[in-house]
Amino acid sequence: MILSVRDLAKTFGSIVAARDISLDVPAQQTIGIIGANGAGKTTFINMITGHLRPTKGTIRFEDRDITGRPSREITRLGISRSFQVAQVFPSLTVFENMCAAAAVAGGTGGTFAGLLAPLTSPATLKEADATIELFRIAPYRNALASTLPQGVRKLLDIAMAVTGAPRLLLLDEPTSGISVEEKFGVMDVVMSALKSRKLTVLFVEHDMEIVTRFAERVLAFYDGTVIADGPPAAALADPRVQALISGTKPTGAALHA
Amino acid sequence: MLSRAHIAGVLAFAAVAAVAPALPPWFVSLATIAFANALVVLGLIILWRAGLVPFGQALFYAAGAYAVALISRYTSWRDVFLLVAIGAAAAGLLAFLIGFLLARYRDIFFAMLSLALSMILYGILVKTESLGSTDGFNVEPGTFFGYRPRGAALNLALFWLVLALSAVAAFLISLYFRSVAGTLAVPVRDNEIRLEFLGVSVNRLIHLKLVISGILAGVGGALAALAVAHVDPNMSYWTTSGGFVFVTILAGAGSVAAAFVGSLVFELLRSIAVDLVPGTWQIILGSALLLTILFLPEGLGSLFQRLRRAPQQASPEKA
Amino acid sequence: MLTALAILTDGLVYAAYLFLVAVGLTLIFGVMKILNVTHGSFYAFGAYGAATAVGIYYDRGLPEAGGFLFMVLLAMAIGLVLGFVLERGVLRLVYGKDEVVIVLVTYAVFLMLEDVIVLIWGPRSYGAYQPMVAAGSIEIGDLVLSNYDILLVAIAALVALVSYWALKYTRYGRLLTVVIFNRETAAAFGVNVTVVYTVTFVIGAMLGALGGAVMAPKISVTLGIGVEVIVLAFAVVATGGMGSIEGALIGALIVGICRAAAVHLVPQLELFVIYAVMALVLIFRPYGLFSRAAPRKI
Repeated sequence: MILSVRDLAKTFGSIVAARDISLDVPAQQTIGIIGANGAGKTTFINMITGHLRPTKGTIRFEDRDITGRPSREITRLGISRSFQVAQVFPSLTVFENMCAAAAVAGGTGGTFAGLLAPLTSPATLKEADATIELFRIAPYRNALASTLPQGVRKLLDIAMAVTGAPRLLLLDEPTSGISVEEKFGVMDVVMSALKSRKLTVLFVEHDMEIVTRFAERVLAFYDGTVIADGPPAAALADPRVQALISGTKPTGAALHA
Repeated sequence: MLSRAHIAGVLAFAAVAAVAPALPPWFVSLATIAFANALVVLGLIILWRAGLVPFGQALFYAAGAYAVALISRYTSWRDVFLLVAIGAAAAGLLAFLIGFLLARYRDIFFAMLSLALSMILYGILVKTESLGSTDGFNVEPGTFFGYRPRGAALNLALFWLVLALSAVAAFLISLYFRSVAGTLAVPVRDNEIRLEFLGVSVNRLIHLKLVISGILAGVGGALAALAVAHVDPNMSYWTTSGGFVFVTILAGAGSVAAAFVGSLVFELLRSIAVDLVPGTWQIILGSALLLTILFLPEGLGSLFQRLRRAPQQASPEKA
Repeated sequence: MLTALAILTDGLVYAAYLFLVAVGLTLIFGVMKILNVTHGSFYAFGAYGAATAVGIYYDRGLPEAGGFLFMVLLAMAIGLVLGFVLERGVLRLVYGKDEVVIVLVTYAVFLMLEDVIVLIWGPRSYGAYQPMVAAGSIEIGDLVLSNYDILLVAIAALVALVSYWALKYTRYGRLLTVVIFNRETAAAFGVNVTVVYTVTFVIGAMLGALGGAVMAPKISVTLGIGVEVIVLAFAVVATGGMGSIEGALIGALIVGICRAAAVHLVPQLELFVIYAVMALVLIFRPYGLFSRAAPRKI
């Protein structure tokens, strides 16, 4: 198991954002996380990536306890994430964004000595370009990140997360803000890129068709905890999931997620 | 590794050094102070690139200056290189210690805490007899590897000293701008969270920048103490810090050269203004700052940047 | 025992002074998110204006009590005009720019106004002591208190109360509170933020000028008083929490009493104490005593 979570919980004062979460993730599995807004999906991701400290429970990654460690430590240990709102460096070009990511990948950002090393070694430049190719954003290589269309921004965000050879990647709504026609295209690029790097992937998604197409396993969140855990067909057929999250398929009078 | 810019810089410094004996002494003195201040501005540029503007750099400037003055007063050490090194070390140590606290702040609070710390030093200096109190005290002339120049020769020697140190600083900082820490300045300003998630300790990065700019300010202060031959608590007052910030805005954060050219231009303008229109020179300075902020927010240096770099936009090709 | 009492009274008087100079600054910051260095100029103009007013008034041999009122009103009028001109003329050009850039703009204006003061009033110092002398003093046991100082504390308390009441119970005050909390939302609800900004800045300027006027009888009105005051006001505002009037009050009290203690017990620490208190507070409460937590960003 690359990731093991036991009895994870998070409360903010009187608000219970997450509770009783326990699961195991085998290496290289692709998991889709579904649930309504406020169900605790982003809180879950924030706890795994160190942005939030859990109130209770443990998180083990590659057999190491990472509960409560700061995000930069967790990144250096091999867990990476992308964001609901793509977090890029708007003043830099796509290439410069990737160089910045490539330069600090591998943990050089930790020491004074590492920080003073020259930035653009040939290895860094090569890695940056390779990742740009992998995510098919080469046409935008020299464009400022602030001018990018939304889909390309999200791809850049994910590309930056993938630099530095993480083993576990969490994608928070990778297709949010992207038009319905383009969603599948973007996910195709992302998933083939991630598969080629042999990553374990957890992605949050609201579009059930994308979840069905790209996930091997589905975690359904509701009210801060996991209410269904299994292959997409089974999880989405679960009556509680249908009632609370996904709705039924549009045959006759039906709800839409 | 030596780029065209480096060679041009070396030539410029060498040319100025060679021409110095022929220049009028008042100009040489002015340029000495201008370049000493330029080192402080260089430090400010390093921080400004990361989106931080400290309002209390005078703290390290004064620390460097007083270190030199105290050594000069209480010991028999006179060698300028030794004195400046001690000034730099004192300021650097101070920056290192203060950095543990200051590096946790951003924006206005960073500026204000920095200001508060410089005013603490000011308060200490003003009230302490053995440190000269409000009048400060004089600094004995230094020696240059045993050589003791006086008068015009001292003037010149100090200028060459400042030039040499400026050249070294300029070179080192230009290398710094190409290091990881230097290039990550813009990302720090743009999106800290992203950097943290890439594994960088942003606080540590800022701590490093504080130490570097502290050392630079300390060297500037040490040189100023030697050049003016006097130190007083005003060197730590917030208006001194304000002056440095002023020049930084005028010069812009675009390049190392900007610090030196900007500082020199500023000192010249200030001298001329104080001479010609003593009652309104602050009005002139204030207007210059306002105009720069309104119309040239990247400083005067950005004018040169614009001529060199072409604008960049999103490519029309679809991904 | 006497020392303790002296520290308390001196501390209160100094706190009154600090509060009066800080309240305008914190108000402007709270509403407009601008750290206004020009506040020092408002103070200085208030003081110089008061000195001039006192000169005019007492030359005519008018009843003593009125001198104070005249002085205060003239100073506040100056504050009103100055604040209005600055906000409409300069500040509106830089709204929306980086916080720090706006601070620098106010710093530039401050520098310019320092020269303007000299152009108007010259480099000499002025006295405006008449109202203070006229007020006399009272004795409480071994302690001699100037009535003017008591008046100062009363004025500070009055300003504090009026601000509190106005923010909570008047329509305009509630509008201000909304804008302080979230400008965009306020605008989305139809609040005319432009007008709010102008009015706030003018009020802040008038409060600054009031501070200067009220202090004029106690000090020598001369070059550089604006410079001194501005750092003090910053220290108080940072300690109390930017944008918080209760914060300015508590901050002023803490700093005032600490400083009085220093003056009486360890005079060398006087200047140091104020900024040390601020630095200490910031270490434990990075945004001041009365500050709000920031919302989640990602």
